[in-house]
Amino acid sequence: MATDVVPPLVAPGRGGGLIEVARRRYLLRLVVRRELRRRYQGSLLGLGWSYVRPAVNFCVYYFVVGIFLRMTKTVPAFPVYLFSGMVLVNFFTETLITSTWSVIGNRALVQKVYLPREVFPTASMLVSLVQMVPALVILLVGAVLAGWSPSTLALGSAALGLAIVVVLALALGLLFSTLNVFFRDFGQVVDILALVIPWTTPMIYRWTAVKASASALGLQIYLANPLTVAVSLFQRAFWWPATGRPFRPGDQRFPDHLTTRGLVALAAAVLLLIIGQAVFRRVQWRFAQEL
Amino acid sequence: MEAVVVESVSKRFTLRHAHSIKEMTVRAARRQSLAERFTALDDVSFTIEQGDAVALMGLNGSGKSTLLKLISGVMRPDSGSVRVRGTVAGLIEVGAGLHPDLTGRENIYLNAAILGMSRRGTERAFDSIVDFAEIERFLDTQVKFYSSGMFMRLGFSIAVHTDPDVFLIDEALAVGDAPFQKKCLARIREHHAAGRTLVIVAHDTGTLERLCGRGLVLRQGRLVFDGNIYDAVDLMVPPADDQERARRERARREARSDEAVRTGGANPTAR
Repeated sequence: MATDVVPPLVAPGRGGGLIEVARRRYLLRLVVRRELRRRYQGSLLGLGWSYVRPAVNFCVYYFVVGIFLRMTKTVPAFPVYLFSGMVLVNFFTETLITSTWSVIGNRALVQKVYLPREVFPTASMLVSLVQMVPALVILLVGAVLAGWSPSTLALGSAALGLAIVVVLALALGLLFSTLNVFFRDFGQVVDILALVIPWTTPMIYRWTAVKASASALGLQIYLANPLTVAVSLFQRAFWWPATGRPFRPGDQRFPDHLTTRGLVALAAAVLLLIIGQAVFRRVQWRFAQEL
Repeated sequence: MEAVVVESVSKRFTLRHAHSIKEMTVRAARRQSLAERFTALDDVSFTIEQGDAVALMGLNGSGKSTLLKLISGVMRPDSGSVRVRGTVAGLIEVGAGLHPDLTGRENIYLNAAILGMSRRGTERAFDSIVDFAEIERFLDTQVKFYSSGMFMRLGFSIAVHTDPDVFLIDEALAVGDAPFQKKCLARIREHHAAGRTLVIVAHDTGTLERLCGRGLVLRQGRLVFDGNIYDAVDLMVPPADDQERARRERARREARSDEAVRTGGANPTAR
């Protein structure tokens, strides 16, 4: 082989982590495509199912909470309100569930071939992101029909909210996929988490309901949840402009200092991602023998 | 120049007997151990020079596959160090990366990427991979409809078209029918001739003698022999009597002269 530079002797398969995943984007893209293919292989609707599921979910909440519990009376443009939170929350729970099983599901590869194992949780997150696109389009169409128009604040809020959830989902995905390798019970725990998570955010109800019933400390804890912040940001991006009311700082429609809270949440998510990556990297050597 | 350096490597596994809380309580009540330590590799050291072809031999459970996994980077040793020069890939469990729901074509791209090939590299090798696997007609069929032979051939074909510096081969030579095996051997020889380092695990001593110059014998995780391939084979499978010994030596002499003829004149394409 005509290699001019003699490569040095190194330990094989030094985990390059997410950076190596980023370098091997081509592999990542193929894994994502395989995952999408696997999910919809042989089904008549194919990717259409990613419209059906949120649609049914939406209808259930809309009729029960919106009509029967009369949320449509108190919240203007309630469908947009509901859906802007739901898009994010669904993406988040979906990523948690799929990435938790991502390493175990690729057992054959993990045991036999060296590749950066971060590929699997990352691919799970990206698959959920792809499936989120139709929902986002529907949300945008719905918001426009309700009177939404773009503004810097709206687009900025949307970007910040999305960034928080993407980073957070990836961080937890790395951690959960690791935990599930060592403790299989963890998969069950995540299923339960996915049940609880939608109710920990102001997706169906207004955050003011928490403010009215919780103590000051309780409210701060509630607002410290990055997902709550992200959902609020998405509502500020899509729902608030659609109600036709101008946004004023300190407006009780949203928690105070929402942008600052968003930036802090993003920083926390990035920190968690760094921790998740460090943990994943340390223990991934034991994956092959634990599976 | 060394291609693989293994220095006093040990690897232990923990076999857990109990997984659920119930099992753990029962075993604890009976004073049975919850887990057992098992030494797969014990202070193994050796160096492989670039361009060498080395056979790893030993009975089942002697640690061969564990050693290959350490070299490929799938696992890490508990103590000692493994270092490799350049890229490693291998025919370890051929077909591990094939996905039944994807077509042959899609699998070629995916599996090649998993084994570290770039898109351009795959495109360049694509026709050759298809040719080698003999699956032209089924290229756009989902792999789950393949016969087991086609499946293995496809996996093998992709793996032998990767371009690593160190090539690991684990029991994969038993793939397919006789003509295909012959083709595989030829392909592996080509890799060797191109200066790649080969580490081969197989039970078929005849194949190993033809491919490798050096043999390592593992016994219960310890390296008990490191030297000439013929001595390694004789250690693994001692000849029954003098007659058998003489027969082997004759066969080896013939094989060597065959080799000389083939690489000398009959096969000008050999690099």
